[in-house]
Amino acid sequence: MIYAVIAAGGIGSRMGNVEKPKQYLKIKDKPIIAHTVEKFFVNDAFRKIIILTPAQWVNYTKELLAKYLPQNDKVVVVKGGDTRNETIMNAVRYIEENDGLDDDTVIVTHDAVRPFVTARIIDENIRYALEYGATDTVVAATDTIVESVDKQTISNIPDRKMMYQGQTPQSFKAKKLKELYESLTDDEKDILTDACKIFSMKGCPVHLVRGEVHNIKITYPYDLRVAKALLDEEIK
Amino acid sequence: MLNTVYRLTQPRKIEIAFTEIDLFKPEVVVKPTYLSICHADQRYYQGTRDPKILAQKLPMALIHEGIGEVVYSPVAEFKPGDKVVMIPNTPVEHDDIIAENYLRSSKFRASGFDGFMQEYVQIAPDRLVHLPDGIDPHVAAFTELVSVSVHAISRFDKIAHARRNIIGIWGDGNLSYMTCVFLRKFFPDTKLYVFGIDEKKLQDFTFVDKTFLTTQIPEDLRVDHAFECVGGNASQIAINQIIDFINPEGTISILGVSEYPVPINTRMILEKGLRMFGSSRSGRKDFLKTVEMYEQYPEIVDYLSLMVGNVVTIRHIKQITEAFDSDLKKPMGKTIMKWEK
Repeated sequence: MIYAVIAAGGIGSRMGNVEKPKQYLKIKDKPIIAHTVEKFFVNDAFRKIIILTPAQWVNYTKELLAKYLPQNDKVVVVKGGDTRNETIMNAVRYIEENDGLDDDTVIVTHDAVRPFVTARIIDENIRYALEYGATDTVVAATDTIVESVDKQTISNIPDRKMMYQGQTPQSFKAKKLKELYESLTDDEKDILTDACKIFSMKGCPVHLVRGEVHNIKITYPYDLRVAKALLDEEIK
Repeated sequence: MLNTVYRLTQPRKIEIAFTEIDLFKPEVVVKPTYLSICHADQRYYQGTRDPKILAQKLPMALIHEGIGEVVYSPVAEFKPGDKVVMIPNTPVEHDDIIAENYLRSSKFRASGFDGFMQEYVQIAPDRLVHLPDGIDPHVAAFTELVSVSVHAISRFDKIAHARRNIIGIWGDGNLSYMTCVFLRKFFPDTKLYVFGIDEKKLQDFTFVDKTFLTTQIPEDLRVDHAFECVGGNASQIAINQIIDFINPEGTISILGVSEYPVPINTRMILEKGLRMFGSSRSGRKDFLKTVEMYEQYPEIVDYLSLMVGNVVTIRHIKQITEAFDSDLKKPMGKTIMKWEK
């Protein structure tokens, strides 16, 4: 069974002078989260699409998606956790309680604020998660990545040819993720904020899926302007 | 839903654009799976169309031959997972006499609006035809082209007189080959003679009765009717040769596209009382007929599979240009894009 897990956390504090978390802002007259969910909605591989939001936004999100998506029983909205990993684990718990977990249960986790994700990226996530156990969607780094430990001077400049920028989806065999996550100490959980990192730290392969430069995350007002600019070119 | 569209913005340059798919429209959403490159796409891609036309039409997603899989359908006729062939002709009105592909108001994919080079195609349910299970997707991809032959033969059957002892087919390319495959099935008792310029290509027409080089046609040879599948600069020679070798009151079916007006021997058309008719594109009923024939005569699909040239998997935009470039180099056959965008 394949599940989509859409993380719609965050209080949207980085979005400038707006009241709502950024996934609820509209592009093309539709909330960003609705655009994102639609990409998973039309993919028949998914048994369910689980959307995780802060507790106070659960009802709002349910009502919103009921309005913007055709009637269905595929989309569910549940409460997220305090951290990204806890949010993902809430989705895993939801699956376990409702359908049960088996070795081939795959979750494709995605940011609600990346509505430009493509069918290819989603399909490759499913394919490689089933084959390798975990995937991370990345694009080759175009800027040189500079590491600074003391925030003042360079401590390292890794070879750019080996550097990638992480996007989402990240996909996992859910049972394996749960086992690895539960084996972490609380300190480790604090450090391992990225679920792919849990896999790779534990020596489990994470297969790369080529992302797209346009698979942007709408985080800052600048991103929203870019998203709107990308959409301006209409069919003649 | 935001949809990624791969548009030709200028010759040889394909760029990403985004459109919005409204799931509340009474239309089906199809994920393209196999797309086939046509000469018309190449003319846009290479920039050999009139610059004025190019300026008018671009940016536009190319490709009007393709199949896909239904991912979302608001109508009961289709469900997710259904394999379908997409009809590029898009009528906006109905006429009891004029076929949909001849209505001047009809729009056509990759000519008047975006073609199938998209992440998803939103399309009216009557622009889709179910494909039989297990059909070779590489062949199914160019069903549109095949349906143009089927359309022309169906019209020929209505127009041409009943003596059909010998039909001549001028041309040794894809269009001629497909037309012969279907003529063989439509008229099993008719002798098919193929006239071409390339002996090697003519050797592929194993199922016809005779093949001739156009420079070596016996003086006394006659055909009852003829199909012109040549087009381009050679149209003139082909059509005039047909006029010379056809019997009186024969029917000539013109299928080859020429960018320029073609001078033809009208005196002899008059003297022989010939009929000449043109066919272009196809409509829903031609697609239905084509798919029905694929099912009824599986050997048709086998013959057509010999036309499959290069198959290029597309996951990256640069692979699209590689597919178009490789298509240009091949002498015959179809280039198929396995579409994984």
